[in-house]
Amino acid sequence: MADDVLLRAQGVRKSFGAVEVLKGIDLEVRQGQVVSLIGASGSGKTTFLRCVNLLEEHDGGEILLDGDPVGYRVEGGRRRRLSETAISAQRARIGMVFQQFNLFPHLTAEENVMLGLTKVLNKPKAEAREIATHWLGRVGLAERRGHYPYQLSGGQQQRVAIARAVAMEPRLLLFDEVTSALDPELVSEVLGVMQGLAESGMTMLVVSHEMLFVREVSHHVVFMDQGRVAQAGTPEAVFGNPESERLRSFLGRFHGMFGMV
Amino acid sequence: MLDFSFVPGTFWFEAWQARFSLLSGIWVTMSASALTILFATILGVAVGTALAYGWWWLRLLARLYVDFMRGIPVLVLILFTYYGLALFGINVPAYWAGVIALSAFATAHIGETLRGAVESVPMGQMEAGKAIGLRFLQRLRYVILPQALRRMLPPWVNTGLEVVKGTTLLSIIGVVELLLTNQQIVARNYLIVDFYLFAGLLYLMINASIAALGARLERRFSYLRY
Ligand SMILES: Nc1ncnc2c1ncn2[C@@H]1O[C@H](COP(=O)(O)OP(=O)(O)O)[C@@H](O)[C@H]1O
Ligand SMILES: [Mg+2]
Repeated sequence: MADDVLLRAQGVRKSFGAVEVLKGIDLEVRQGQVVSLIGASGSGKTTFLRCVNLLEEHDGGEILLDGDPVGYRVEGGRRRRLSETAISAQRARIGMVFQQFNLFPHLTAEENVMLGLTKVLNKPKAEAREIATHWLGRVGLAERRGHYPYQLSGGQQQRVAIARAVAMEPRLLLFDEVTSALDPELVSEVLGVMQGLAESGMTMLVVSHEMLFVREVSHHVVFMDQGRVAQAGTPEAVFGNPESERLRSFLGRFHGMFGMV
Repeated sequence: MLDFSFVPGTFWFEAWQARFSLLSGIWVTMSASALTILFATILGVAVGTALAYGWWWLRLLARLYVDFMRGIPVLVLILFTYYGLALFGINVPAYWAGVIALSAFATAHIGETLRGAVESVPMGQMEAGKAIGLRFLQRLRYVILPQALRRMLPPWVNTGLEVVKGTTLLSIIGVVELLLTNQQIVARNYLIVDFYLFAGLLYLMINASIAALGARLERRFSYLRY
Protein backbone atom coordinates (compact mmCIF):
# COMPACT_ATOMS: atom_id res chain seq x y z
CA MET A 1 0.00 0.00 0.00
CA ALA A 2 1.45 3.28 -1.04
CA ASP A 3 -0.82 5.38 1.16
CA ASP A 4 -0.25 6.13 4.80
CA VAL A 5 -3.12 4.08 6.16
CA LEU A 6 -2.01 2.61 9.47
CA LEU A 7 -5.15 0.76 10.47
CA ARG A 8 -7.65 -0.53 7.98
CA ALA A 9 -10.77 -2.39 9.06
CA GLN A 10 -12.93 -3.97 6.38
CA GLY A 11 -16.27 -5.59 7.04
CA VAL A 12 -15.36 -6.48 10.61
CA ARG A 13 -17.94 -8.73 12.21
CA LYS A 14 -18.21 -10.02 15.73
CA SER A 15 -20.91 -11.98 17.51
CA PHE A 16 -21.34 -12.93 21.13
CA GLY A 17 -23.35 -16.13 20.95
CA ALA A 18 -26.29 -15.43 18.69
CA VAL A 19 -26.03 -11.66 19.04
CA GLU A 20 -24.12 -9.92 16.28
CA VAL A 21 -22.52 -6.91 17.89
CA LEU A 22 -20.39 -5.72 14.95
CA LYS A 23 -22.13 -6.02 11.59
CA GLY A 24 -19.39 -5.12 9.17
CA ILE A 25 -17.28 -2.19 10.28
CA ASP A 26 -15.20 -0.30 7.70
CA LEU A 27 -12.78 2.21 9.07
CA GLU A 28 -9.38 3.69 8.30
CA VAL A 29 -6.90 5.46 10.50
CA ARG A 30 -4.06 7.23 8.77
CA GLN A 31 -0.64 7.81 10.23
CA GLY A 32 -0.74 10.73 12.66
CA GLN A 33 -4.51 11.01 12.60
CA VAL A 34 -6.95 11.11 15.47
CA VAL A 35 -10.09 9.18 14.64
CA SER A 36 -12.96 9.26 17.13
CA LEU A 37 -15.70 6.70 17.55
CA ILE A 38 -18.93 8.07 18.91
CA GLY A 39 -22.28 6.40 19.42
CA ALA A 40 -24.80 5.33 22.00
CA SER A 41 -23.91 2.85 24.70
CA GLY A 42 -24.10 -0.69 23.33
CA SER A 43 -23.39 0.29 19.74
CA GLY A 44 -20.20 -1.80 19.70
CA LYS A 45 -17.44 0.79 20.14
CA THR A 46 -15.64 -1.06 22.91
CA THR A 47 -15.97 -4.37 21.11
CA PHE A 48 -14.39 -2.86 18.01
CA LEU A 49 -11.40 -1.49 19.95
CA ARG A 50 -10.98 -4.84 21.67
CA CYS A 51 -10.92 -6.60 18.29
CA VAL A 52 -8.23 -4.22 17.09
CA ASN A 53 -6.10 -5.04 20.13
CA LEU A 54 -6.88 -8.76 20.02
CA LEU A 55 -8.63 -8.80 23.34
CA GLU A 56 -11.46 -10.27 21.26
CA GLU A 57 -11.18 -12.24 18.05
CA HIS A 58 -13.28 -10.90 15.21
CA ASP A 59 -15.33 -13.49 13.32
CA GLY A 60 -15.30 -11.94 9.87
CA GLY A 61 -13.76 -9.23 7.74
CA GLU A 62 -10.23 -8.10 8.34
CA ILE A 63 -8.23 -5.70 10.44
CA LEU A 64 -4.90 -4.69 8.97
CA LEU A 65 -2.22 -2.89 10.92
CA ASP A 66 0.56 -1.64 8.67
CA GLY A 67 -0.87 -3.99 6.08
CA ASP A 68 -0.56 -7.07 8.32
CA PRO A 69 -3.73 -8.88 9.34
CA VAL A 70 -4.23 -8.68 13.07
CA GLY A 71 -4.51 -12.02 14.90
CA TYR A 72 -3.84 -14.40 12.01
CA ARG A 73 -1.75 -14.90 8.94
CA VAL A 74 -2.88 -16.12 5.59
CA GLU A 75 -1.23 -19.35 4.54
CA GLY A 76 -2.21 -21.06 1.32
CA GLY A 77 -5.40 -19.02 1.18
CA ARG A 78 -6.39 -20.08 4.70
CA ARG A 79 -6.37 -18.13 7.92
CA ARG A 80 -4.15 -19.43 10.64
CA ARG A 81 -4.30 -18.10 14.13
CA LEU A 82 -1.04 -16.51 15.20
CA SER A 83 0.98 -17.98 18.05
CA GLU A 84 0.76 -16.45 21.48
CA THR A 85 4.19 -14.86 20.97
CA ALA A 86 3.20 -13.31 17.65
CA ILE A 87 -0.08 -12.05 19.07
CA SER A 88 1.76 -10.47 22.01
CA ALA A 89 4.15 -8.81 19.58
CA GLN A 90 1.22 -7.35 17.65
CA ARG A 91 -0.39 -6.12 20.84
CA ALA A 92 2.83 -4.40 21.83
CA ARG A 93 2.53 -2.28 18.67
CA ILE A 94 -0.90 -1.08 19.78
CA GLY A 95 -1.34 0.74 23.07
CA MET A 96 -4.61 0.75 24.95
CA VAL A 97 -5.98 2.95 27.70
CA PHE A 98 -9.00 1.62 29.57
CA GLN A 99 -11.98 3.26 31.18
CA GLN A 100 -11.06 1.68 34.53
CA PHE A 101 -7.33 2.61 34.29
CA ASN A 102 -6.26 -0.97 35.11
CA LEU A 103 -2.97 0.10 36.63
CA PHE A 104 -1.05 -2.70 38.32
CA PRO A 105 -1.81 -2.05 42.02
CA HIS A 106 1.33 -3.80 43.29
CA LEU A 107 3.66 -1.58 41.26
CA THR A 108 4.53 2.09 41.62
CA ALA A 109 3.68 4.54 38.87
CA GLU A 110 7.21 4.23 37.55
CA GLU A 111 7.19 0.42 37.73
CA ASN A 112 3.85 0.36 35.91
CA VAL A 113 5.46 2.21 33.02
CA MET A 114 8.68 0.18 33.17
CA LEU A 115 7.14 -3.30 33.12
CA GLY A 116 6.46 -3.45 29.38
CA LEU A 117 9.70 -1.69 28.57
CA THR A 118 11.83 -4.25 30.41
CA LYS A 119 9.82 -7.44 29.81
CA VAL A 120 8.42 -6.86 26.34
CA LEU A 121 10.91 -4.52 24.69
CA ASN A 122 13.82 -6.01 26.70
CA LYS A 123 15.27 -2.63 27.56
CA PRO A 124 17.81 -2.46 30.38
CA LYS A 125 16.36 -1.23 33.68
CA ALA A 126 18.22 2.07 33.66
CA GLU A 127 17.00 2.98 30.20
CA ALA A 128 13.45 1.89 31.07
CA ARG A 129 13.56 4.10 34.15
CA GLU A 130 14.73 7.04 32.06
CA ILE A 131 11.89 6.53 29.60
CA ALA A 132 9.38 6.17 32.45
CA THR A 133 10.64 9.36 34.06
CA HIS A 134 10.35 11.16 30.74
CA TRP A 135 6.75 10.09 30.12
CA LEU A 136 5.60 10.56 33.69
CA GLY A 137 6.99 14.06 33.36
CA ARG A 138 5.11 14.57 30.11
CA VAL A 139 1.82 13.70 31.82
CA GLY A 140 2.70 15.97 34.74
CA LEU A 141 3.45 13.28 37.32
CA ALA A 142 7.24 13.42 37.66
CA GLU A 143 6.89 13.89 41.42
CA ARG A 144 4.53 10.95 41.80
CA ARG A 145 6.63 8.28 40.15
CA GLY A 146 7.21 6.40 43.44
CA HIS A 147 3.53 6.36 44.35
CA TYR A 148 1.34 3.31 44.25
CA PRO A 149 -1.93 3.57 42.34
CA TYR A 150 -4.02 3.72 45.52
CA GLN A 151 -2.10 6.86 46.47
CA LEU A 152 -3.16 8.63 43.28
CA SER A 153 -6.38 10.32 42.25
CA GLY A 154 -8.41 8.90 39.37
CA GLY A 155 -7.11 11.53 37.00
CA GLN A 156 -3.52 10.84 38.04
CA GLN A 157 -3.99 7.10 37.68
CA GLN A 158 -5.36 7.56 34.19
CA ARG A 159 -2.41 9.75 33.25
CA VAL A 160 -0.03 7.04 34.49
CA ALA A 161 -1.99 4.56 32.36
CA ILE A 162 -1.50 6.81 29.35
CA ALA A 163 2.22 7.10 30.11
CA ARG A 164 2.40 3.30 30.40
CA ALA A 165 0.80 2.88 26.98
CA VAL A 166 2.67 5.59 25.13
CA ALA A 167 6.09 4.72 26.60
CA MET A 168 5.98 1.53 24.53
CA GLU A 169 6.09 3.72 21.42
CA PRO A 170 3.09 1.99 19.89
CA ARG A 171 2.12 2.61 16.27
CA LEU A 172 -1.44 3.25 17.39
CA LEU A 173 -3.04 4.23 20.68
CA LEU A 174 -6.57 3.13 21.58
CA PHE A 175 -8.61 5.05 24.14
CA ASP A 176 -11.87 3.58 25.45
CA GLU A 177 -13.92 6.20 27.27
CA VAL A 178 -10.92 7.01 29.40
CA THR A 179 -12.62 9.88 31.21
CA SER A 180 -15.95 8.19 31.91
CA ALA A 181 -14.94 6.86 35.32
CA LEU A 182 -13.50 10.20 36.46
CA ASP A 183 -15.00 12.89 38.64
CA PRO A 184 -15.95 15.81 36.39
CA GLU A 185 -13.24 18.10 37.73
CA LEU A 186 -10.55 15.55 36.79
CA VAL A 187 -11.65 15.08 33.18
CA SER A 188 -9.81 18.04 31.72
CA GLU A 189 -6.36 17.02 33.00
CA VAL A 190 -6.68 13.72 31.13
CA LEU A 191 -8.11 15.31 27.99
CA GLY A 192 -5.25 17.81 28.10
CA VAL A 193 -2.70 14.98 28.02
CA MET A 194 -4.53 13.36 25.11
CA GLN A 195 -4.63 16.61 23.22
CA GLY A 196 -0.89 17.00 23.73
CA LEU A 197 -0.32 13.51 22.32
CA ALA A 198 -2.52 14.27 19.33
CA GLU A 199 -0.59 17.46 18.63
CA SER A 200 2.70 15.59 18.82
CA GLY A 201 1.51 13.41 15.92
CA MET A 202 0.44 10.27 17.78
CA THR A 203 -1.98 8.11 15.82
CA MET A 204 -5.05 7.63 17.99
CA LEU A 205 -8.38 5.84 17.82
CA VAL A 206 -10.57 7.33 20.51
CA VAL A 207 -13.94 6.32 21.93
CA SER A 208 -15.30 9.25 23.85
CA HIS A 209 -18.45 10.99 24.97
CA GLU A 210 -16.55 14.26 25.40
CA MET A 211 -18.02 15.85 22.28
CA LEU A 212 -16.17 19.13 22.60
CA PHE A 213 -12.90 17.28 22.72
CA VAL A 214 -13.89 14.98 19.87
CA ARG A 215 -14.87 17.92 17.70
CA GLU A 216 -11.74 19.87 18.41
CA VAL A 217 -9.09 17.14 18.25
CA SER A 218 -10.35 14.61 15.69
CA HIS A 219 -9.40 14.52 12.04
CA HIS A 220 -12.16 12.06 11.40
CA VAL A 221 -15.29 11.13 13.32
CA VAL A 222 -17.15 7.83 13.02
CA PHE A 223 -20.69 7.51 14.34
CA MET A 224 -21.54 3.93 15.21
CA ASP A 225 -25.08 2.75 15.55
CA GLN A 226 -26.14 -0.81 16.42
CA GLY A 227 -22.95 -2.40 15.18
CA ARG A 228 -22.66 -0.41 11.98
CA VAL A 229 -20.93 2.75 10.87
CA ALA A 230 -23.88 5.05 10.33
CA GLN A 231 -21.95 8.15 9.33
CA ALA A 232 -18.30 9.06 9.07
CA GLY A 233 -16.47 12.18 8.02
CA THR A 234 -14.78 15.31 9.24
CA PRO A 235 -15.97 16.69 12.59
CA GLU A 236 -17.58 19.55 10.68
CA ALA A 237 -19.57 17.16 8.52
CA VAL A 238 -20.64 14.80 11.30
CA PHE A 239 -21.50 17.46 13.85
CA GLY A 240 -22.64 20.11 11.40
CA ASN A 241 -24.61 17.97 9.04
CA PRO A 242 -25.92 14.85 10.77
CA GLU A 243 -27.59 12.77 8.09
CA SER A 244 -29.68 10.43 10.18
CA GLU A 245 -32.33 11.00 12.79
CA ARG A 246 -30.40 8.75 15.15
CA LEU A 247 -27.25 10.84 14.91
CA ARG A 248 -29.29 14.01 15.37
CA SER A 249 -30.92 12.64 18.48
CA PHE A 250 -27.59 11.27 19.76
CA LEU A 251 -25.94 14.67 19.34
CA GLY A 252 -29.00 16.34 20.79
CA ARG A 253 -28.13 14.82 24.15
CA PHE A 254 -24.96 16.85 24.18
CA HIS A 255 -26.72 20.02 23.15
CA GLY A 256 -25.94 21.79 26.39
CA MET A 257 -22.25 21.23 25.79
CA PHE A 258 -22.30 22.64 22.31
CA GLY A 259 -24.15 25.67 23.58
CA MET A 260 -21.02 26.50 25.52
CA VAL A 261 -18.74 26.67 22.49
CA MET B 1 5.86 -29.68 86.26
CA LEU B 2 6.26 -26.74 88.60
CA ASP B 3 8.53 -28.87 90.74
CA PHE B 4 11.98 -27.66 89.85
CA SER B 5 14.02 -30.23 91.72
CA PHE B 6 16.51 -31.93 89.41
CA VAL B 7 16.34 -35.64 90.31
CA PRO B 8 15.26 -38.70 88.31
CA GLY B 9 11.50 -38.83 87.87
CA THR B 10 11.06 -35.07 87.68
CA PHE B 11 10.17 -33.42 84.41
CA TRP B 12 13.25 -31.27 84.06
CA PHE B 13 15.61 -34.11 84.79
CA GLU B 14 13.89 -36.46 82.36
CA ALA B 15 13.71 -33.77 79.71
CA TRP B 16 17.42 -33.09 80.10
CA GLN B 17 18.16 -36.79 79.84
CA ALA B 18 16.15 -36.95 76.63
CA ARG B 19 17.38 -33.65 75.20
CA PHE B 20 18.93 -35.14 72.09
CA SER B 21 15.83 -37.16 71.25
CA LEU B 22 13.69 -34.10 71.83
CA LEU B 23 15.85 -31.90 69.60
CA SER B 24 15.81 -34.56 66.93
CA GLY B 25 12.01 -34.83 67.21
CA ILE B 26 11.62 -31.08 66.89
CA TRP B 27 13.95 -31.12 63.92
CA VAL B 28 12.02 -33.89 62.19
CA THR B 29 8.71 -32.11 62.74
CA MET B 30 10.04 -28.75 61.58
CA SER B 31 11.91 -30.06 58.56
CA ALA B 32 8.98 -32.23 57.42
CA SER B 33 6.67 -29.22 57.83
CA ALA B 34 8.99 -26.84 56.01
CA LEU B 35 9.60 -29.24 53.11
CA THR B 36 5.89 -29.96 52.82
CA ILE B 37 5.00 -26.27 52.78
CA LEU B 38 7.72 -25.59 50.23
CA PHE B 39 6.70 -28.40 47.87
CA ALA B 40 2.99 -27.75 48.33
CA THR B 41 3.39 -24.04 47.61
CA ILE B 42 5.28 -24.64 44.37
CA LEU B 43 2.97 -27.44 43.23
CA GLY B 44 -0.10 -25.63 44.55
CA VAL B 45 0.68 -22.61 42.39
CA ALA B 46 0.90 -24.95 39.39
CA VAL B 47 -2.36 -26.74 40.27
CA GLY B 48 -4.16 -23.46 41.00
CA THR B 49 -2.96 -21.97 37.72
CA ALA B 50 -4.14 -25.08 35.89
CA LEU B 51 -7.54 -24.77 37.59
CA ALA B 52 -7.87 -21.13 36.61
CA TYR B 53 -6.35 -21.06 33.13
CA GLY B 54 -5.74 -24.62 31.95
CA TRP B 55 -7.06 -26.26 28.79
CA TRP B 56 -10.30 -28.06 29.63
CA TRP B 57 -8.63 -31.45 30.07
CA LEU B 58 -5.96 -30.00 32.33
CA ARG B 59 -8.61 -28.19 34.38
CA LEU B 60 -10.53 -31.43 34.68
CA LEU B 61 -7.43 -33.33 35.81
CA ALA B 62 -6.55 -30.67 38.36
CA ARG B 63 -10.14 -30.57 39.58
CA LEU B 64 -10.25 -34.35 40.02
CA TYR B 65 -6.96 -34.25 41.88
CA VAL B 66 -8.05 -31.48 44.23
CA ASP B 67 -11.43 -33.00 45.02
CA PHE B 68 -9.89 -36.41 45.54
CA MET B 69 -7.22 -35.11 47.90
CA ARG B 70 -9.66 -33.04 49.86
CA GLY B 71 -12.09 -35.91 50.13
CA ILE B 72 -9.90 -38.53 51.78
CA PRO B 73 -8.36 -38.42 55.27
CA VAL B 74 -4.69 -37.43 55.33
CA LEU B 75 -3.93 -40.52 57.36
CA VAL B 76 -5.22 -42.77 54.59
CA LEU B 77 -2.97 -40.89 52.20
CA ILE B 78 0.02 -41.38 54.47
CA LEU B 79 -0.65 -45.09 54.97
CA PHE B 80 -1.16 -45.56 51.26
CA THR B 81 2.06 -43.79 50.36
CA TYR B 82 4.03 -45.84 52.85
CA TYR B 83 2.48 -49.30 52.74
CA GLY B 84 0.58 -49.09 49.49
CA LEU B 85 3.58 -48.16 47.38
CA ALA B 86 5.63 -50.86 49.08
CA LEU B 87 3.18 -53.40 47.67
CA PHE B 88 4.18 -52.25 44.21
CA GLY B 89 7.81 -52.67 45.09
CA ILE B 90 8.35 -48.95 45.57
CA ASN B 91 10.00 -48.52 48.91
CA VAL B 92 9.96 -44.99 50.19
CA PRO B 93 11.55 -44.24 53.58
CA ALA B 94 8.87 -43.41 56.15
CA TYR B 95 9.98 -39.78 56.47
CA TRP B 96 9.76 -39.17 52.74
CA ALA B 97 6.54 -41.11 52.39
CA GLY B 98 5.12 -38.76 54.99
CA VAL B 99 6.43 -35.63 53.31
CA ILE B 100 5.09 -36.79 49.95
CA ALA B 101 1.65 -37.61 51.37
CA LEU B 102 1.38 -34.35 53.30
CA SER B 103 2.59 -32.39 50.25
CA ALA B 104 0.00 -34.06 48.04
CA PHE B 105 -2.66 -33.09 50.53
CA ALA B 106 -1.48 -29.51 51.07
CA THR B 107 -0.97 -29.01 47.32
CA ALA B 108 -4.69 -29.57 46.81
CA HIS B 109 -5.56 -27.00 49.45
CA ILE B 110 -3.10 -24.39 48.22
CA GLY B 111 -4.13 -25.04 44.62
CA GLU B 112 -7.77 -24.43 45.40
CA THR B 113 -6.94 -21.31 47.40
CA LEU B 114 -4.75 -19.99 44.61
CA ARG B 115 -7.47 -20.55 42.05
CA GLY B 116 -9.83 -18.44 44.14
CA ALA B 117 -7.21 -15.75 44.63
CA VAL B 118 -6.32 -15.65 40.93
CA GLU B 119 -9.96 -15.40 39.95
CA SER B 120 -10.51 -12.55 42.39
CA VAL B 121 -7.94 -10.43 40.54
CA PRO B 122 -10.03 -8.18 38.27
CA MET B 123 -10.19 -9.14 34.57
CA GLY B 124 -8.80 -5.74 33.68
CA GLN B 125 -5.40 -6.71 35.12
CA MET B 126 -4.95 -9.55 32.65
CA GLU B 127 -6.13 -7.29 29.84
CA ALA B 128 -3.80 -4.47 30.81
CA GLY B 129 -0.99 -7.01 30.75
CA LYS B 130 -2.05 -8.15 27.30
CA ALA B 131 -2.31 -4.58 26.09
CA ILE B 132 1.36 -3.87 26.80
CA GLY B 133 2.33 -7.08 25.03
CA LEU B 134 3.18 -9.38 27.93
CA ARG B 135 2.99 -13.06 27.07
CA PHE B 136 0.84 -15.42 29.16
CA LEU B 137 3.55 -16.59 31.55
CA GLN B 138 4.79 -13.02 31.95
CA ARG B 139 1.29 -11.81 32.78
CA LEU B 140 1.04 -14.58 35.32
CA ARG B 141 4.40 -13.89 36.86
CA TYR B 142 4.47 -10.11 36.91
CA VAL B 143 0.80 -9.15 37.11
CA ILE B 144 -1.53 -11.87 38.39
CA LEU B 145 0.49 -13.97 40.83
CA PRO B 146 1.91 -11.08 42.88
CA GLN B 147 -1.63 -9.91 43.51
CA ALA B 148 -3.06 -13.39 44.01
CA LEU B 149 -0.33 -14.49 46.41
CA ARG B 150 -0.91 -11.42 48.53
CA ARG B 151 -4.61 -12.25 48.68
CA MET B 152 -4.01 -15.86 49.64
CA LEU B 153 -1.58 -15.13 52.46
CA PRO B 154 -4.09 -15.76 55.30
CA PRO B 155 -5.35 -19.13 53.97
CA TRP B 156 -1.78 -20.07 53.11
CA VAL B 157 -0.79 -19.54 56.74
CA ASN B 158 -3.74 -21.71 57.77
CA THR B 159 -2.55 -24.50 55.52
CA GLY B 160 0.90 -24.16 57.08
CA LEU B 161 -0.58 -24.61 60.55
CA GLU B 162 -2.54 -27.65 59.39
CA VAL B 163 0.61 -29.16 57.94
CA VAL B 164 2.53 -28.80 61.20
CA LYS B 165 -0.30 -30.47 63.08
CA GLY B 166 -0.56 -33.06 60.31
CA THR B 167 3.04 -34.18 60.85
CA THR B 168 1.89 -35.89 64.07
CA LEU B 169 0.24 -38.47 61.83
CA LEU B 170 3.68 -39.49 60.59
CA SER B 171 4.22 -41.12 63.99
CA ILE B 172 1.86 -43.86 62.85
CA ILE B 173 4.27 -45.02 60.14
CA GLY B 174 7.12 -44.81 62.62
CA VAL B 175 8.64 -41.44 61.84
CA VAL B 176 10.11 -40.33 65.14
CA GLU B 177 8.86 -36.79 65.03
CA LEU B 178 8.01 -34.64 68.02
CA LEU B 179 4.93 -36.56 69.13
CA LEU B 180 6.46 -40.03 68.85
CA THR B 181 9.57 -38.78 70.62
CA ASN B 182 7.42 -37.73 73.55
CA GLN B 183 5.51 -40.99 73.47
CA GLN B 184 8.77 -42.88 73.72
CA ILE B 185 9.92 -40.73 76.63
CA VAL B 186 6.62 -41.19 78.42
CA ALA B 187 6.90 -44.95 77.96
CA ARG B 188 10.09 -44.80 80.01
CA ASN B 189 9.11 -42.47 82.83
CA TYR B 190 5.28 -42.32 82.85
CA LEU B 191 5.28 -38.51 83.09
CA ILE B 192 2.27 -38.50 80.83
CA VAL B 193 0.81 -35.10 81.66
CA ASP B 194 4.16 -33.35 81.70
CA PHE B 195 5.46 -34.54 78.38
CA TYR B 196 2.24 -34.32 76.41
CA LEU B 197 1.73 -30.82 77.77
CA PHE B 198 5.31 -30.08 76.78
CA ALA B 199 4.71 -31.44 73.27
CA GLY B 200 1.56 -29.35 72.97
CA LEU B 201 3.46 -26.22 73.97
CA LEU B 202 6.16 -26.92 71.42
CA TYR B 203 3.57 -27.29 68.64
CA LEU B 204 1.96 -24.11 69.82
CA MET B 205 5.31 -22.30 69.63
CA ILE B 206 6.04 -23.57 66.13
CA ASN B 207 2.63 -22.52 64.93
CA ALA B 208 2.80 -19.17 66.69
CA SER B 209 6.04 -18.47 64.78
CA ILE B 210 4.36 -19.36 61.49
CA ALA B 211 1.42 -17.11 62.33
CA ALA B 212 3.81 -14.31 63.27
CA LEU B 213 5.69 -14.77 60.01
CA GLY B 214 2.37 -14.60 58.15
CA ALA B 215 1.44 -11.40 59.95
CA ARG B 216 4.82 -9.91 59.06
CA LEU B 217 4.43 -10.80 55.42
CA GLU B 218 0.98 -9.23 55.42
CA ARG B 219 2.38 -6.02 56.84
CA ARG B 220 5.21 -6.15 54.36
CA PHE B 221 2.70 -6.32 51.51
CA SER B 222 0.23 -3.88 53.01
CA TYR B 223 0.96 -1.41 50.21
CA LEU B 224 -0.90 -3.79 47.97
CA ARG B 225 -4.25 -2.17 48.55
CA TYR B 226 -7.15 -2.01 46.21
N1 LIG C 1 -18.21 -10.38 26.39
C1 LIG C 1 -19.47 -10.13 25.96
N2 LIG C 1 -20.39 -11.11 25.96
C2 LIG C 1 -21.64 -10.87 25.53
N3 LIG C 1 -22.08 -9.70 25.08
C3 LIG C 1 -21.22 -8.68 25.05
C4 LIG C 1 -19.86 -8.83 25.50
N4 LIG C 1 -19.23 -7.65 25.36
C5 LIG C 1 -20.13 -6.79 24.84
N5 LIG C 1 -21.32 -7.40 24.65
C6 LIG C 1 -22.53 -6.78 24.09
O1 LIG C 1 -22.15 -6.19 22.88
C7 LIG C 1 -22.85 -4.98 22.67
C8 LIG C 1 -21.87 -3.87 22.37
O2 LIG C 1 -21.12 -3.61 23.52
P1 LIG C 1 -19.93 -2.59 23.56
O3 LIG C 1 -18.99 -2.91 22.49
O4 LIG C 1 -19.42 -2.58 24.95
O5 LIG C 1 -20.66 -1.22 23.22
P2 LIG C 1 -20.22 0.26 23.56
O6 LIG C 1 -18.79 0.28 23.93
O7 LIG C 1 -20.51 1.02 22.30
O8 LIG C 1 -21.10 0.73 24.67
C9 LIG C 1 -23.67 -4.73 23.93
O9 LIG C 1 -25.00 -5.13 23.66
C10 LIG C 1 -23.04 -5.66 24.94
O10 LIG C 1 -24.00 -6.10 25.85
MG1 LIG D 1 -17.92 0.92 25.76
